[in-house]
Amino acid sequence: MPSFPHSLASPARFRRLSRRVLPWASALAAGLLGVGLVWALGFAPPDYQQGDTVRVMYIHVPAAWMAMLCYAVMAALSASFLVWKHQLADLAARASAPIGACFTAVALITGSLWGKPTWGAYWVWDARLTSVLALFFLYLGHMALAGAFDDRERGGRAAAILAVVGAVNLPIVKFSVDWWNTLHQPASVLRLDGPAIHGSMLWPLLTMAAGFAAFYVAVLLVRIDGESAARRVEVLTRRRAAGA
Amino acid sequence: MSAFWTLVRRDVTLAVRRGGEAALTLGFFVVTVALFPFGVGPDPALLGRIAAGVVWVTALLAATVSLDRLFRPDLEDGSLDLLALSPLPLEAAVLAKCLAHWLVTGLPVTLLSPLMAAMLRLDGAAHGPLAVSLAVGTPALSLTGGIGAALVLGARRGGALCGLLVLPLFIPVLVFGVSGVEAAQAGLPALPHILIEAAILVAAVPLAAFAGAAALRLALE
Repeated sequence: MPSFPHSLASPARFRRLSRRVLPWASALAAGLLGVGLVWALGFAPPDYQQGDTVRVMYIHVPAAWMAMLCYAVMAALSASFLVWKHQLADLAARASAPIGACFTAVALITGSLWGKPTWGAYWVWDARLTSVLALFFLYLGHMALAGAFDDRERGGRAAAILAVVGAVNLPIVKFSVDWWNTLHQPASVLRLDGPAIHGSMLWPLLTMAAGFAAFYVAVLLVRIDGESAARRVEVLTRRRAAGA
Repeated sequence: MSAFWTLVRRDVTLAVRRGGEAALTLGFFVVTVALFPFGVGPDPALLGRIAAGVVWVTALLAATVSLDRLFRPDLEDGSLDLLALSPLPLEAAVLAKCLAHWLVTGLPVTLLSPLMAAMLRLDGAAHGPLAVSLAVGTPALSLTGGIGAALVLGARRGGALCGLLVLPLFIPVLVFGVSGVEAAQAGLPALPHILIEAAILVAAVPLAAFAGAAALRLALE
């Protein structure tokens, strides 16, 4: 009996598991996002300085967290694909990239909509914003590289190397607000001395974050299924071409 | 070790003699820098303020346009296969080729930078820090670029793709390269910024060796 992560590497076993998890993840995402949105947009208190503009945070912050988490997942999957050559890790890393790119785009867009009334500008070249923009480009580069080869397998492995190399950007994104004196505020939830944000705002934020995470799992499972089907189509096409 | 230097010498010789690749890169650098006064106007105060950034970004682009020639000719004529079979580890071969790339792009750009900076009216006090920051930063560009060049071997539209891959990874080098010069312009020490650049360079050496060699093995399969 192979150990836990390796036993998942069998596509058939993974598909059985994913079919079972998918409805739960989807329901959880719909429930948490529904409750979280109503709570955040309707019931959470307005900020004493920013007023209702603060509600952008309930979308922006979870999206930004997920943007980094997706990349971390993708880099870890890519590293395990390079080491153990599990096909499933390759499929999952490929499936993760467009989702992460979308989360990054949402974080950038909502951040810029929040920045206009608060900072007076849609965009400033602040270290946090710039490093997240670089993260977005890394996602695009990963997707472009994975699709740039006639041989799918070759593209997957090249993209995996890029994902591992690009992981150096993650600490830069995370700590940019501490290393440089930026306009973007420093971390206020994940801090050694406890969150610097009141419970009336923290709980809807965490609900939204959990909803985003469940949404990610649901979309990831669907996309892995899609990637795996695409790979099967390619293998079958090649086999037929070789037989003909 | 002699195999390493032989490879460096071979690549530099090829780059200098084969259609003057090295001269082309340098020409690209000079022409692109010269475009900025046309683009933003000849106001000396404005040019002086953006000079460090202009020289740095152009050095980045000059490193990127020449990346396409780093491994592809060797892949096409089969010498990459011979390199892989030689007793020299592929990791060392990647470093040798990146060093050769730097000798024909980064080094001439660094040497020419005081001239370009003077043309853009950069403060005299900042010329030294600009040249030093380029001298420390451009090897990191060649190394990081080497990873990108190795990854896109055999890809469709590899040249443009390589630019998309490596330019985001160049950002930290650019940030610290320019901030060192700006510190010098403001009368502050440039050394801390240059030391961080040097740290990036030191980290880039093993990263480029292992990632580049892994990508080359992939291309040779």
